[in-house]
Amino acid sequence: MTQQQVLDLYFMDARHKLIDVAAFLDRVDRGEGEPDFRYEAFRKALEVLSSAEPGKAAAVLEAFSDPTNEPIEVATTKAACGAWPGANQ
Amino acid sequence: MRYIEPHGHMVSRTTDDYVAMVTAGCEAVCEPAFWAGFDRSSANGFYDYFCQLTEHEPKRAAKFNLPHYTWLCINPKESEDVGLAEEVLSIIPEFIDRPNVLGIGEIGLNKNSRNEIKVLEKHVDLAGSRDQLILVHTPHLEDKRKGTRLIMDVLKNDSRISPERCIIDHVEEHTIKMVLDEGFWAGMTLYPESKCSSARAIDMLEIYGSEKIWMNSACDWGISVPLAVPHTMMEMRRRGHEKDWIDKVSFQNPISFMKQSPKFQAPA
Repeated sequence: MTQQQVLDLYFMDARHKLIDVAAFLDRVDRGEGEPDFRYEAFRKALEVLSSAEPGKAAAVLEAFSDPTNEPIEVATTKAACGAWPGANQ
Repeated sequence: MRYIEPHGHMVSRTTDDYVAMVTAGCEAVCEPAFWAGFDRSSANGFYDYFCQLTEHEPKRAAKFNLPHYTWLCINPKESEDVGLAEEVLSIIPEFIDRPNVLGIGEIGLNKNSRNEIKVLEKHVDLAGSRDQLILVHTPHLEDKRKGTRLIMDVLKNDSRISPERCIIDHVEEHTIKMVLDEGFWAGMTLYPESKCSSARAIDMLEIYGSEKIWMNSACDWGISVPLAVPHTMMEMRRRGHEKDWIDKVSFQNPISFMKQSPKFQAPA
């Protein structure tokens, strides 16, 4: 597809999602108390979007990922939360 | 449009979903063993589940003339209890020769713990000793990148395992290249909230090519869409992809992988 065709197919969808992200950040900011590590991870991942380099989807996923290579000793939960808690520890 | 659903947890779905899938062009469905959403209390629960996967569910699908295949294992979400896992592994041989069992799966890791790796190694050993295909679940979200690497290390450490006989599922943009570079098949799971959207799946196909890749809905008891594969095929058409290319990714590629099991009968 040409860049024009990509815009024709996906601009409105991407615009909609970007406004949703902005509204999410406003919602967190309006909330009381302090956010947990996920908020900081999200803000850091957002920085990837302003890059001119290709591979932005992979870079965002990497930003949320556990960067370590060793297994953990014990799984104490089954669920993943979307961001690596260790980034702020 | 014809397609194969290579990863659907149909025991969690309604009969209406079968009707919708067949109406949309589904010609075969493959169901890896999965976590029930709660921990089963004993290996007996798995015995019943394996009976369901190999006896009851194929009959349910057959009512709509839909071939049903399955994969057996204890899911990584229940692998922290190594004792239970060993009990479950001991009953799998009783089922493995049944006509709709294609291999061992979906095995892998969930939180990347040492016990999960032990249980993964035991599954890989079972597959290697019986020359079975392997279907791999990779961890969710922040655990995926690390887990995918750990899983590939386990598979590569067993000389009986050929990468082309393993599909590593739930790849995303940060893991697809490492999986394909090591010679494994890659699966893309189309979920509304996590894993991969239709648009992103097609992006990856455009970037990495259409060889050794399939896509699936992994529809289960959670937020998931049983028609995610045909929805993505429609999105491919919107982008102008040729029908032959769509057919290769959605129909022929799953056949190419699964026909490595002599039990898989390719739809005509």
